[in-house]
Amino acid sequence: MKLTGAEIFIECLKREGVKTVFALPGGVVLKIFDTFHQQKDVEVILTRHEQGAGHMAEGYAKATGKAGVCLVTSGPGMTNVITALADAYMDSVPLVCFSGQVPTSLIGNDAFQEADNVGLSRPCTKYNFLVKDVNDLAGMIKEAFYIATTGRPGPVLVDIPKDVSMAKTEFTYPSSVSIRGYNPTYEGNKWQIKQAAEAIMKAKKPILYVGGGVVFSKASQELLELAEMTQIPVDMTLMGLGAFPGEHPLSMGMLGMHGTYQANMAMHYSDLVIAIGARFDDRVTGKVSEFCPHAKVIHVDIDPTSIRKNIHVDIPIVGDCKTVLRELNQILRATVNGEQKDLRKPWWDQIREWQQAHPLTYQQEKDGPIKPQQVVKRLFELTKDRDPIVATDVGQHQMWAAQYFKLAKPNRWLTSGGLGTMGFGFPAAMGAQAAFRDRLVLCIAGDGSVQMNMQEMATAVVNKLPVKIIILNNGFHGMVRQWQDLFYEGRYASSYLDTTPDFVKLADAYGAVGLRVKKVGDLDAVLKEALSTDKPVIVDVPTYPYENCYPMIPAGGCNHEMILEDPPELKKKQSGSTKVTPEDKDTVLTA
Amino acid sequence: MEHIISVTVENKFGVLSRVAGLFSGRGFNIESLSVAPTLDPSMSQMTIVTSGDERIIEQIVKQLNKLIDVIKVVDLNETEFVSRETAIIKVHTKDQDRAEALRIVDIFRANVIDSTPTTYTIEVSGDPKKIEAIINLLQPLGIKDLVRTGRVAVAREPVRTAAVHAKKVARE
Repeated sequence: MKLTGAEIFIECLKREGVKTVFALPGGVVLKIFDTFHQQKDVEVILTRHEQGAGHMAEGYAKATGKAGVCLVTSGPGMTNVITALADAYMDSVPLVCFSGQVPTSLIGNDAFQEADNVGLSRPCTKYNFLVKDVNDLAGMIKEAFYIATTGRPGPVLVDIPKDVSMAKTEFTYPSSVSIRGYNPTYEGNKWQIKQAAEAIMKAKKPILYVGGGVVFSKASQELLELAEMTQIPVDMTLMGLGAFPGEHPLSMGMLGMHGTYQANMAMHYSDLVIAIGARFDDRVTGKVSEFCPHAKVIHVDIDPTSIRKNIHVDIPIVGDCKTVLRELNQILRATVNGEQKDLRKPWWDQIREWQQAHPLTYQQEKDGPIKPQQVVKRLFELTKDRDPIVATDVGQHQMWAAQYFKLAKPNRWLTSGGLGTMGFGFPAAMGAQAAFRDRLVLCIAGDGSVQMNMQEMATAVVNKLPVKIIILNNGFHGMVRQWQDLFYEGRYASSYLDTTPDFVKLADAYGAVGLRVKKVGDLDAVLKEALSTDKPVIVDVPTYPYENCYPMIPAGGCNHEMILEDPPELKKKQSGSTKVTPEDKDTVLTA
Repeated sequence: MEHIISVTVENKFGVLSRVAGLFSGRGFNIESLSVAPTLDPSMSQMTIVTSGDERIIEQIVKQLNKLIDVIKVVDLNETEFVSRETAIIKVHTKDQDRAEALRIVDIFRANVIDSTPTTYTIEVSGDPKKIEAIINLLQPLGIKDLVRTGRVAVAREPVRTAAVHAKKVARE
């Protein structure tokens, strides 16, 4: 029996096990939507903006480990989803995006809502396809899912012209894929793994530096075994949070620009860095020339381009984290003995000293303004038994969430790391909620970034996605304000947001629940109320506007030279102020 | 340092822009790029002349390999190779210069492929130094037009048989 392109499209999604598609219709994809409408196997969640659809698919992918799928129309639909594609590309999120295209006969004619979708997405996708013939459609979709989910995962775009979705052909779905230019390496080089094991045995001051690769390759169990067997401390990148239990005694927490003191010090003074599924981002390395000056570097990554891109590597191992760790553990199991513990005792003494000297800290006064860290800490303590999924936007609140929300398991942490996309959190949380209807999904957001995809509240209400948004509302683009205070003499150029909108009323307007924490004493009660609500909730928490996120390594600074607290002149300026003062408003206005 | 990188790619639309986009997006330098189908019409061969330190060249090779439409990448500088470039040069020739132009063509073993009363069109091929040299000599006559193909290159076959022979000779 012959099927239309649209029917083939949906049949392919079913074969790939896709349950949910995040989508927004338009002229050239109407045939596909019409076909969707006549089946019940694949759920279509209508979003209010294509960027939202893209981030929802990302959240879905990060929480499930499977490919997220979104569908947009040509032209503006495509340009709107680009941010999500770029975000997924930076953070290696398996995403398959389908875009509509004008009929093949009109391509290149500047037709209505035409854009060069393949050209636009080329630099921000792992691969992309333009389907010119309905006979190629099934094969290309199969390849798209294969490419998105294998090797280093990433976004893939399939551009489907209108006439292709309407044309008919026999449907056959290929059972396997073979692409001669694409053969990711999963098995690590055995000799190199042996070298790595030897280096680990000999190291006096080793540190594990683990990233999102561990999450994507589902290697948490292997990582835990390695760390516990060898008693090596574990630093996590922002993307790696959850790969190792945050409250484990071997966990140093997050490293990097706003990483913990012990994580960064341990990195700087180590003699062996064991990087697993991490890519030595500039937010982690700081000043490259002075990064880990005493260390040998082992780097395990499935993407050969990540190795030696930024940092010299002594023992490169190209391969899948899980496979390589298994093999490494096998060698170490036979060789590790009590000697390493004695060898590393001084190292652990040093690390415990660092931990005690500068733990993460903030001052919450009993009747004082609410500190943002307190909100995250209480939220963590109140919800940790429920194994929540946590999404964040980008900025100060994201860093506080990374510091204080100590996740125990992988695939619970949805954040935009590489691209730093404000507005990511809320739709990503919805994507995860769509995948796990019964789980608790939180979104920790800032008042600045949450407004970037606020329109999706309508999607959440209509589709009954009861995400809990906790807004740390400081009236500022907080991280920008922090940099202005530290590096631009406190001139608040375009960082002050004032006190609008009223998020409680906004939630109400959308048919969601809006709550506000008026004083620190009410925090627990309001959070509990939010957590027991079965609708989407916004909890507006007005927080102390001048709180800064520490430790902080200034951009281009060296990892052991952290700023740990407000410099004296800043402390003086902000003493006692809980609201933006008239003088501040002047700086806002004159800046 | 200059490197010649030979890249075998899928012969599909859009592949050239993927490769070119990789170079521009990551700030790598392209001196010249030539591309044409191979014996197997489903593949094309690109020869890219680029430059950079060891770390950059390593990244270029790895990033090219990462492209899904790229089948094989060889940094020819790691082996012995031969390279050639062709130039077509249209030269103004006044009466008194025509003999001189032909002499230069002769010296460089170039060919005249078109001739009018006032111009010669000369085809020359060789390594880039030779092309530069003939351009320098023809310049005083007045070059009207100049097109160059960019370099193509291929690795030399290992000269095993010759080496074995040489050893034998030495022993004798």
